[in-house]
Amino acid sequence: MSWFKSLRLRWSSALVLGLVMAMMVAFLTYSLTGKTRTLYLPGPTTLGHYQIELECPACHSEVFSDRAALQAACVKCHGAELKRVDDSHPEAKFTDPRNASRIEALDARFCIACHREHRPELTSSMGLSLPKDYCFSCHESVADERPSHRGLAFDTCQAAGCHNFHDNQALYEDFLVKHYGEPPLLPSPKNVALTYAKAAPLAAKDADAPGSLVLDANETRAWVESAHGRAGTNCSACHASKAGEWQASVPGERCGECHEAEREGYLAGRHGMREAAGLAPMRVGDARQPMRPAAKDETLGCTSCHGAHGFDTKQAAVEACLRCHADEHSTQYRQSRHFELFRGDASGRSGASCATCHLPRIAEGRAARVVHNQNDTLRPNEKMARTVCLNCHGLGFSLDALADTALIARNFVGTPRVKVESLEWAHRRAQ
Amino acid sequence: MKPIIFSCLLVLGAATGLTGCQSDKGGGIEPKVMADALHAVMASDRTVYTKQVVNRLQNEEGVIKASEHWKDDKALPLPAQMFRMGAEMVAEKKAGFTYSLLSMWPVNKQNKPKTEVETAGLKFVADNKGQNYYGEETLAGTKYFTAVYADTAVAPACVKCHNEHKDSPRKDFKLGEVMGGVVLRIPLSG
Repeated sequence: MSWFKSLRLRWSSALVLGLVMAMMVAFLTYSLTGKTRTLYLPGPTTLGHYQIELECPACHSEVFSDRAALQAACVKCHGAELKRVDDSHPEAKFTDPRNASRIEALDARFCIACHREHRPELTSSMGLSLPKDYCFSCHESVADERPSHRGLAFDTCQAAGCHNFHDNQALYEDFLVKHYGEPPLLPSPKNVALTYAKAAPLAAKDADAPGSLVLDANETRAWVESAHGRAGTNCSACHASKAGEWQASVPGERCGECHEAEREGYLAGRHGMREAAGLAPMRVGDARQPMRPAAKDETLGCTSCHGAHGFDTKQAAVEACLRCHADEHSTQYRQSRHFELFRGDASGRSGASCATCHLPRIAEGRAARVVHNQNDTLRPNEKMARTVCLNCHGLGFSLDALADTALIARNFVGTPRVKVESLEWAHRRAQ
Repeated sequence: MKPIIFSCLLVLGAATGLTGCQSDKGGGIEPKVMADALHAVMASDRTVYTKQVVNRLQNEEGVIKASEHWKDDKALPLPAQMFRMGAEMVAEKKAGFTYSLLSMWPVNKQNKPKTEVETAGLKFVADNKGQNYYGEETLAGTKYFTAVYADTAVAPACVKCHNEHKDSPRKDFKLGEVMGGVVLRIPLSG
């Protein structure tokens, strides 16, 4: 009988083992979907990617993606911007055979050479996962051409607010020389005027919503007074689907049909990047930055900042931001000179709102638009000098202020205590 | 428009030939022929842009300036920048060959010769006016046919800009003089 017992025991063990394995397979399969994917995260992601970290295929487009596949994913989201800012180190610079030896030192054909994800212990600002002396491997002889650079530490190229690896539009030498000696506050601020479509304004009686709907009087008044109402944009322009069906809630894609550049910018920035990856809109409470607890369950979209019907841009420029953002820089804003001037001018031409700096108006040829990628001027923040600060301030003052992290935290209450030397060096060399 | 159409056809023909050059060593076009054809297009377009666009509009008619910072200054790109932009676009397309504008006296020090063939070639075309330099070199495990062609000051704008540029290591260029060279590479293996 003992052999019978032994056989039964073996069958039982096999059955238990089989069940455990089946459960593991089921669990692992289930965990590949939804929020339980965190199991597969090899480490925390950077500030730039955490919103989409559970959408693994956004970066790992193929199973066991090689460097080329990962690079294609990087370029898909970041390529257009790099082209627009005239990237100082494009891939083509490193695929040139004459630079083959450079690749041995730093293989910058691939973004991941400098920006490795899931490695917080290696990562500093801008998602950089290399030691900050990386410039030295190619530009070790710079002091021979620029005596001012003799004796500088290996890590100061970008840390001193002088050079960026990618975007140097506001930092090239002749630009510095041109703006040398400017006063902290320029005599007259520069405003970029937006142009609006010209059409006959509409009145409440013109609203073309279905007759069966009872319109809210406040919403109707807000629409009549809005840029939409003034430019002849009727209810159906937003609320009627392409098939002609009435839709109470207007999807962001619909806004993008008219506001194409704005939608594109929104999707490229932190506010819309989840939607760009095909995910549900960002929930305020899921942000890593400090946010107001009361706003935690709000989700982002065009109307979360612009509101519906009124589309008051002045409201969107400050109140919309401060309803959610609760970091020190944001909470200090109302103590700033920027806000004091902004509040005192109904036209919105004086002072600086949150949007003035983070969603700036830029002139493109004969037209102007509002950049809706709120991160565009922050990667890194010297980019803000050219697009924003120089409209009112001199370049030297602007670069000093942007390099002073304590002053930024105080939302520019006070004067810069950091001195960026590059203007002085460029000026001396040009003499 | 005719020169442009001709240029396009020549590049198309050259690119087609290049494929043959790499895939069939026996019957394909010779790398030297290929390189000379490509350079003929580059040099012609470069000369047309320098003389008929930049020199005419800036120096003769005073309609618009050409500037190193052409975007900021709302001006024409300099001929050398125009050439480099084309080279970068070709590199992005991975068209099977690469080219660059180098000099023994470059404004940007990254454009001085790096390899032995580049150094020898630039010196040869500067010392032997009207002649090209051809060589082979292995870079990062790939063997290349490398041709170097003289880049000559074809218009007063070339000389003026380089002689007055604060980063130029040489300030005595004269019209018609060799200022640098176009280095064109075609992979032979790897």
